[in-house]
Amino acid sequence: MSWSVIQASLPAFGAAFWLTLELAALGIAGALGIGAGVSLVQYFRVPGLHQVASVYVDVARNTPLLVQLFFIYYGLPGLGLKLSAPVSGVLGLIFLGGSYMAEAFTGGYNAIPKSQLESGAALGLSPRQLARFIVLPQGLTAAVPGLAANVIFLVKETSIFTVIAIPELTNTALDLIGLYYRSNESLLMLVVAYAIILVPLSWGLTQLERKVRHVTIGA
Amino acid sequence: MSQSGLELLFQGQNLPRLLAGFGVTLRVAAVVLALGLSLGALLGALRTLPNRGLQVVLRGYLEIFRIVPTVVLLFVAYYLLPQLGGLNLSGEAVAVVTFTLWTAAEMSDIVRGALVAVPRHQVEAGAALGLTRAQQLRFILFPQAVPLALPGTINLATRVIKTTSLLLMISVMDLVNVGQTLVEANSHLHPTFAFWLYGALFIGYYLLCAPLSWWAKHIARQRKAVTND
Amino acid sequence: MTEPLLIVNHLAKAYGQTPVLEDINFTVNKGEVVALLGRSGSGKSTLIRTLNGLEPFQGGTLTFAGQAIDPTPATWLALRRRIGMVFQSYDLFPNLTVLANLMLAPVQVAHQPKAQAETAARTLLTRFGLAEFADRYPSALSGGQKQRIAIARALLMKPALMLFDEVTASLDPEMVHGVLALMTDLARADMTMIVVTHEMGFARKVADRILFLDDGRITADMPAEAFFTAPPTESARNFLASMTDR
Repeated sequence: MSWSVIQASLPAFGAAFWLTLELAALGIAGALGIGAGVSLVQYFRVPGLHQVASVYVDVARNTPLLVQLFFIYYGLPGLGLKLSAPVSGVLGLIFLGGSYMAEAFTGGYNAIPKSQLESGAALGLSPRQLARFIVLPQGLTAAVPGLAANVIFLVKETSIFTVIAIPELTNTALDLIGLYYRSNESLLMLVVAYAIILVPLSWGLTQLERKVRHVTIGA
Repeated sequence: MSQSGLELLFQGQNLPRLLAGFGVTLRVAAVVLALGLSLGALLGALRTLPNRGLQVVLRGYLEIFRIVPTVVLLFVAYYLLPQLGGLNLSGEAVAVVTFTLWTAAEMSDIVRGALVAVPRHQVEAGAALGLTRAQQLRFILFPQAVPLALPGTINLATRVIKTTSLLLMISVMDLVNVGQTLVEANSHLHPTFAFWLYGALFIGYYLLCAPLSWWAKHIARQRKAVTND
Repeated sequence: MTEPLLIVNHLAKAYGQTPVLEDINFTVNKGEVVALLGRSGSGKSTLIRTLNGLEPFQGGTLTFAGQAIDPTPATWLALRRRIGMVFQSYDLFPNLTVLANLMLAPVQVAHQPKAQAETAARTLLTRFGLAEFADRYPSALSGGQKQRIAIARALLMKPALMLFDEVTASLDPEMVHGVLALMTDLARADMTMIVVTHEMGFARKVADRILFLDDGRITADMPAEAFFTAPPTESARNFLASMTDR
């Protein structure tokens, strides 16, 4: 271990750290939006759209992010659509993450006991009212653990951005290995950097899950 | 240059080379699944034992493999393994070791979850009938735990297959790496070649993973229908 | 006062090839309390659930308040404002406070002004001795409290008919009394009720009539006292004997 290599690498790692956070945040926010929209389209079986939504979820979940990124970054320019590497990365993360988030939302809606829907129906609530007052609020609560797991998953997936040369953490670590010919220092910093992001994030999400859990138990 | 990017895909050695890369991808996935799922099943079973020290170690192992991105694990292994006693492993071997350990960690959690989900009194009822510990496991615990673990295991298998796409990062000539090489060699011939080639990889992975996902969903739905009754 | 509120005519229902209800005929008059008795699996829960459209049926007709029911989703949506139902699992909505549970249908379905719905809800809570729970969430309540609130929730829609599906079946024994007392009060206040229950004492004391279901058919329809003193069939006799043994 060379302390001087670590010190010399710190500025590059610092920049990569913030870039990783920024891209992950954009990707996760987009994925949550797409996922919520897709899950609602599927829940209400919006004519025409819900088949499209199902195909999207199926395709996005069953292909690797790496191939999705290559397709967006290297494949789409053939059709005249040229996107920068960071934009491709975020779009890829949204494409992949949207399907995972949609499944988590849907899992939440499906977790609501049938008897809840029946007792709502027995009060005269319409399907739309059932969705608004019972399925969505309870379903969102029930979806939190799945959504939280996806957040962690998507942060980790940003490490794949290195293949389209986005200078995020992994890419920066590999660059520095090439620069100093010292792998241990860079790898250590890489693992520590992800731990700094993921350990508190995972702890915070667990607290959130705990906080919302009381709402769903004991009807 | 009258041919389209799609036609280029089927020219010369392009298709055979892609198929060879696909073979590497399948081989790694198969070996990792065989080793990782078995090791994970064993570790999962160990995680239900009351030994506290063992639990801490196995839980720590799971958490580390969960929190560190697989890409990072792969590079750590790629650079560190050769330092351990001058071990000279091929890229493919490094990947198999890394992915197997990662798969085993995930699998151990699925198996542990399934085992503890079987109600305790089921096993106790078996004990009360005079079954030996081995008989309780064989006739009561395992038959009930396997269906519980199945959907998660199948989904893990699709994740393993998708993870093989990372092989390219440590220069293994897998499907994606061959694809990238072909793109570099052919893109100047036709601008849409990359589109068709990566489109083909997209479809290839989809065809591998989607049937497994459907199967897992089907099983989970069936169980839900049964338990709702 | 024998004005019919609900008339069930030749009602039939099957799951695939298996019949669960066959040729069901009965009438419930206004102000009447009818107890629906029978063994587990005799079809009594299925029957009461068809009466507000939670279960579809294949044959026969229902007439409610002089109008034949055309069993479409829209008809049931409208009818459920006038037919209240309470379930075994209470099913208060855990995401809403007690007060919000009570106000949901009056405001959203009956379009009452919020202030009016709140006043009505608080008044009823006070009458039921549950006023202190208005702002709590259901998870803080006991089973008996939840079930009484579920009854209040249905009553606030001012239904013409109340359906009770084994409402005391998942309660601890010490909670059962409070819920039954509440239902007895309702019966005395001339609420029209159909009650699926295993509480024989309650059925005998409170119900005007007994419908006995056996294998998806009604094999007895008679005044409660007569049913309990002289059960008309072998099956009803065995049923009563098994219930009193417990």
